[in-house]
Amino acid sequence: MKYQLLIYIDEKLEASRSKQELEQRSEDYTTYTQELLKSGKMVGGDRLHPTSSAATVKLREGKRITTHGPFAETKEQLGGYYLVDCSNLDEALDWAAKCPGAKHGTMEVRPVYDLGPKPN
Amino acid sequence: MENSEKTISQTIERIHKSEYGQILASLVNTFGDWDLAEEALQESFLAAVQQWEQQGVPKRPGAWLLVVARRKALDRIRKNKPVTVDPGNLENRSFSSEREIQYEEEEIADERLKLIFTCCHPALPMEHRIALTLRALGGLTTQEIASAFLVPVPTLAQRLVRAKKKIKESGIPFYIPPIHLLPERIESVLAVIYLIFTEGYASTSGDVLIRKELCDEAIRLCRMLEILIRKNLLSPDIPDEELSEVWGLLSLMLLNHSRRNSRIDSSGRIVLLDEQDRTLWNREEIQEGLALLQKALSLGSVGPYLVQAAIGAEHAISSHSSRTDWKKIAEWYELLLKMEDTPVIRLNHAVAVSIAEGPERGLLLLSALGKDLSSYAPYYLAVADVQKRLGSSESAKESYAQALAFTNNEVEKEFIRSKFDETR
Repeated sequence: MKYQLLIYIDEKLEASRSKQELEQRSEDYTTYTQELLKSGKMVGGDRLHPTSSAATVKLREGKRITTHGPFAETKEQLGGYYLVDCSNLDEALDWAAKCPGAKHGTMEVRPVYDLGPKPN
Repeated sequence: MENSEKTISQTIERIHKSEYGQILASLVNTFGDWDLAEEALQESFLAAVQQWEQQGVPKRPGAWLLVVARRKALDRIRKNKPVTVDPGNLENRSFSSEREIQYEEEEIADERLKLIFTCCHPALPMEHRIALTLRALGGLTTQEIASAFLVPVPTLAQRLVRAKKKIKESGIPFYIPPIHLLPERIESVLAVIYLIFTEGYASTSGDVLIRKELCDEAIRLCRMLEILIRKNLLSPDIPDEELSEVWGLLSLMLLNHSRRNSRIDSSGRIVLLDEQDRTLWNREEIQEGLALLQKALSLGSVGPYLVQAAIGAEHAISSHSSRTDWKKIAEWYELLLKMEDTPVIRLNHAVAVSIAEGPERGLLLLSALGKDLSSYAPYYLAVADVQKRLGSSESAKESYAQALAFTNNEVEKEFIRSKFDETR
């Protein structure tokens, strides 16, 4: 089963971190990603630019409305994600708990719909 | 064979209660599909009603039901698409031989433990965990669970559907969790069992104070967990703290439950601990609770359930409330507060202190809790008691009035009214 490990962080808090902290963080993520790759469970993953870089768009009655910023104003924002292929929820939760995001933010684990083989 | 029971349907009802969970566990394990397992098991019970009437009850009814349910499940898989389980693997197994039945029986205990862990997975909301556990392991019907928790049947049914859907969708595994997850998982199972117990012990609404069946069920589940853990998880694998808390919870429930016959008088009124007829306390349960407590304490680690059991034990060994060692109880509460600092535990601590060290000191501690417990009836009862002991009956009456405003339970309301009336 595929799971998204969503990393939620408090952007305001993150912005206040020292350079040294951020470097250590970056190292931790590299180590984690390598471990995940080595296990063969990793399908993909990305770090996202902060929500200040985001734009939102929706169509209402055919009319397109574009706004700046993220869709929802919450205390924690989506900062990145990993896509993993695990045998069950517990395994996915284990990988989420190991992710540096579990320490400096909150990890949400969401199962991904299996829509069959992808065209390619 | 079943002479004491008048009809086959009574026999089946009893078997339903005792075997449902085990058989369901086995079916879920084989087919990996909760709904299929439940439907097949229903059919199997229907078949039993018809066949046992004519042929008599089989020697091992549980195994008979399992074997028939397996066939029914396979029939359904063959008829329906998409196929989620490869029936090829299963078809090679003969389901009806005696040897097979015996083998299945040994396997079942293990699968029941898996089922407990699945039902109590922390990814499920607590109320879903409770409903699922009672349904799958307690063998209670949806109707019974709904009425025990005072929710409409469709609501409860909906909860069960959602819980099963989540298990499937999010891939909650059906297994005994790996060692590194055991502490968290056992904790979750114990929390579910204790909530079932407390719901039965002091229900928050309705007109029956003790729903004995829920208490019995919680104790039965905890016993089962204890046996299964000891049987399935070799002792070096399982941390002492965990087993200690399993024993602690079982002890705590037995000690509390032992007082059930004295908590309500013949006219249905609440009797407080210090006024209870202690000869009505169930000695057997007290002995068992105390023995479990000793066993758990000897492991050397002390968790919240164990501490609460120790408090229950102080009451259980005391012949009269005036001889109870309230100082020791207050100390246990202090220890408990170091583990879980909640307003309700603070309240209990304050009550113990007010008896051990006097009402002035008690009132001081209680006043500090007013903000957190401003809509909690037991808080006002504790305050009223201390105020009465300090001689201010007018303030006590006010506190009783507030307690009355925050309770929904008819039996409790009656109790508070009588307290109000006798305060002069």
